[in-house]
Parts: sequence; structure tokens; C-alpha cells
Amino acid sequence: MTMILQVEGVGKVFGGLQALSDVTFDLPQGQILGLIGPNGAGKTTLFNVINGVYPPNGGRVIFNGEDVTGSKTYHMAHRGLARTHQIVRPLNELTVRENVIVGACFGREGHGLGQAGKVADEVMEFVGLAVRADQLAGSLNVGQKKRLEMARALAARPYLLLLDEVLAGLNPSEIAGMVEIVRKIRERGITIIMIEHVMHAVMNVSDRMIVLDYGQQLAEGTPEEVANNPKVIEAYLGDPELAERLMRDSDEE
Amino acid sequence: MSGIRKYLGLILAIVVVLAMAAWPVINGKDITREVVFTMLLSVGLASSLNILLGYTGYVSFGHVVFFGLGGYVGFYLMAVHDWSLWTAMIAGGLASAALAFLLGKAILRLRGGYFALATIGVNEAVRAFINNFDPFGGPVGMSLNFQVYKNYGGGAREALWMSFYILVALTLLITVVTYMVRSSKFGLGLLAIREDEDAAEVMGVIAPNAKTWAYVLSAVFPGILGVLFFFKNGNIEPAPAFRLQMSIEMIVMVMLGGQGTVLGPILGGAGYQRLRGFLLTNPLFKNIQLAVAGVLLLVIVLFVPAGVVGWVRQRFPKLRRVLQ
Repeated sequence: MTMILQVEGVGKVFGGLQALSDVTFDLPQGQILGLIGPNGAGKTTLFNVINGVYPPNGGRVIFNGEDVTGSKTYHMAHRGLARTHQIVRPLNELTVRENVIVGACFGREGHGLGQAGKVADEVMEFVGLAVRADQLAGSLNVGQKKRLEMARALAARPYLLLLDEVLAGLNPSEIAGMVEIVRKIRERGITIIMIEHVMHAVMNVSDRMIVLDYGQQLAEGTPEEVANNPKVIEAYLGDPELAERLMRDSDEE
Repeated sequence: MSGIRKYLGLILAIVVVLAMAAWPVINGKDITREVVFTMLLSVGLASSLNILLGYTGYVSFGHVVFFGLGGYVGFYLMAVHDWSLWTAMIAGGLASAALAFLLGKAILRLRGGYFALATIGVNEAVRAFINNFDPFGGPVGMSLNFQVYKNYGGGAREALWMSFYILVALTLLITVVTYMVRSSKFGLGLLAIREDEDAAEVMGVIAPNAKTWAYVLSAVFPGILGVLFFFKNGNIEPAPAFRLQMSIEMIVMVMLGGQGTVLGPILGGAGYQRLRGFLLTNPLFKNIQLAVAGVLLLVIVLFVPAGVVGWVRQRFPKLRRVLQ
């Protein structure tokens, strides 16, 4: 299996706070990796380190076989890494279509405006935003803004997609729609890491999962292994019964 | 048809500039020419600033430094080294562009108010330097020998008309350039930076480079305009070349017309300059002309932050294609 991403002993300190310590994992191409953990566990920080928002204090990040530790975010984008933000960041005064065109223009394929427009139209259709194309991004509701984040990231034609809580704040039918989109993205061969609090969804869709707690890797494995890991149950799920219930939920879907 | 419709916004902007330019040509009066000269100069400066302020979202409070520095460099070459106006204009533009490039690397990493403060500092520093720089005449400045105007069509009057026509051509050029930037991939990157710089970088916009080139582009034309203005003036001194209030007036013009639009700074520049001319000649307002500008800026920021063109675009979305 080719590894799209290798994270080796990554640590990050903010002031006196050890936000990440010695995080290590390999991510094979085409998989969906679920990243879970309580609030403040360091999940978004891990994304920020992989994505180049800030350099790690130790360790290495290897993307597509290339050491990219400390690379700038825009260089990561050109290499084929795209992400969505937990707190959506639409370019408010631009239209939905222009937002997506930015992704296509400056992402991995670096299209000119004409070709980027075609990519944008296709991607907006894919995530179900085509009818909103000419609306200003600032006027979308939360669910639509999450789709916009997704569309912008996809328009870059990334190899690896980091999804930061794309399901948070959505209603059940929107969640179902978004999970469907995530599945379809994987079918296109794009590798995904997703941070998620909506447990039944992330367990349902992930090939493997990593649990972070206080910046430490608490557990790693298939959704089933993680859900039954006593350490995870103690630190994160809290209630042993809950794990079984969650597994039941995800089987039903 | 679709070809013309695509460029409707540019055509409208060009028509507005040409209409202004035609006014003194038709009535042939020197006074009208002088009025329109100041209007077109404002249009050129405001449109240049718009690339940075309107497209990229960075407020430069010291933009007049590029007008003054370009003017000084060009004037020095004309007065001391007998360069022609043409080469001096190019040199002035390049000098301003070079300063913007170096500054861009240093201060464009600052965001918001910190960047605005730094630009004021730069203007004051350059003014203080020129004040004490003997080759440029120090605090006294420099004057042109009136003989040089002979090379440009005979007497001083011909040279004044020629300066006017050059200004018209430059204003048209600036209009076309701001339009092209607005509708290019580079311009889209600038707009993305204006909306959310971090998000733009995550999407792959190389913000440090894009910002620097926007700054350079917004500096080169004020440099050229400075050479032309002081050539027409016949002399140059530090105070009028680096007048801080002119920077502020440039911001008012861009905000008044509509930041981030092509037509906005054209209407804002011309409109503000007309207003200023009226206030300066009105006995009631002549001493408080700047206060009026201040109040105007306040009112715009509070009530119509998108400016005239931006407001019309919001109100009448169908006009978006025309009002760019």
C-alpha cells in the first residue's frame, strides 16, 4: 500500500500547553481515517500542523513521500492537500461560484479562470450547491456554508482532504446527505481524514480511527476496536453501554 | 453581442473618463482644463489605490509617498540630467514600484491597523529624508528651467495642453489595468485575501507574493503621475509632494465611489475633486474644506461602506454586469 501521509512523532507546544505529543500514524491512499477525541484534545491542532498553519515543535510530516514539515499552507495546497474549517470561512462578498473558482484556480491543478469555472460548476453540482451559484457566500445558511467549504476543497482536486467537523451543526437529514458526499468523495480515490463528534456517522464511514486525548494518541484501530477499547471508553465515551449503543446505531444505517 | 456585454463595465468606465476629458477640449478654456486636470489626477490616484485598498483590503494611509517619490526622481532627472519627460515618467514609476516592492516585503506582513500605521511612518520618513537630501534640493526643492517646455510643442501653454493629453491617456491606461486586474486570476486571489487571508492561503493563494505585486501595481502609476504633475507645475518641494492629507483624500475618493469596483474610484475621484474645488472657492467653506472631507469619510463608513457604486450594485443586482 502506498502511504499518502506519514506523521512521525509530531509534537506541538503552545506556551506551557502540550497540545500534541508524539503523534505517529501512517495513512494509506484511499482510506477514510476518523479522528475523534474530547474537546481540546488537539484534533484541529493536528490538522493545522499537517496543513502547515504552524510548524510542529518536533517530528516530521511526510506527504506523498516528501518531507513537508513546516511547509506553508499554500504550498501544501499546491501539493494536493485541501481542508475545510471547523468554523466556516466563506469569502463573504464573493459569490458561491467565485468561492469555488478560487479553490480550483489556486489548488493542486492551478487552473486558469475559464477551466476553473468548469471545475467549479461540476463540483457545485456534486455537493448540491448549483442552484446557489450566483448568491453571495455570506448569505448562505450554516449547512450550505459547510457544503461550500467542501466544494472549495474539492475544486482543488486534492489527493488528501482534511474535514474538520463538517457534520457539526447540521440537522439529521443534512448529516445523511453530507455522509453520502463523503462516501462519494472516497469513491473518487481521494483520501480523507475527518474530525467528527457525530459518532455514529464517523464510525459508520471510517476505515480506521484514531482517538486523541490531551494531545496523546489514546487508541488506534478499526471503528469496532476503538469502540471496544477500555481506555477509550473510560477517557472519552465514559459509559461502557454507550459504545455498544453506538455500534448498534451504525449497523442499523 | 455577448462580446460587447462582457466588456460593458470597462466601456462604461472609459466613456466616463473620455467625457471628462472632452469637456475642456470642446470649450477650449484653460481654466476648464485645469479643473479637469485635477479631477483626472484624482481619478488616476484613486484607481491606483483601489488595487490595494479595494481589491486586497489593505488600507494605505501613506500612499502619497509614491506620488511624491516618483515625482522627485523624475523631476531630478529632468531638471539636473536633462532627461525627457517620457523617460523621466518611466523612471519615476519604476522608483515608486521599487520602493513598494521593498516595503511590501517588510510591512505587508502586518495586518489591519498596523499596516496602515506603518504606511504613515514610511511617508513621513521619506519626506524627512528628502528634506535633508541635498541633490534633491533639500527643503527648497527644485525648479525647471522654462526653456525645457520648448521641447514640448513651443511655449508653456502648449506644454500644459500636452500634459493634459498625457494625463488623459494615463487615466485610460490605469482604468484598463484596474479592470484587467479585477477580472483576472491574480485579481481573484486579491479578493480572496481581502475576504479572509488565512482561508485564501489554505486554498493555495500565495498571499505574500500577491500582496506585494498588488502594492507595486498600486504604486507605479502614482509615481508616473507625480512626474507629470510636477513637470507641469515647474517646481517641486517636499511639503506638497508628501502631503499626508492627500493620502487621506485618496482614501475618501475610493470609499466614496465604491472600493473594489472599477467605476467607483473614477466617480469618487472626480466627484470629490469637484466638491473640493467648490469648497475651496466658497467663502463659507474654504477654511474647513478638510473638515468636510473628514465628515464625508465618517458618513460613508457609517452608512454606505460600499460607496456609491457598491450601493447601487446591492440595490439593483441587474446592473452588476454594467457597474463593475
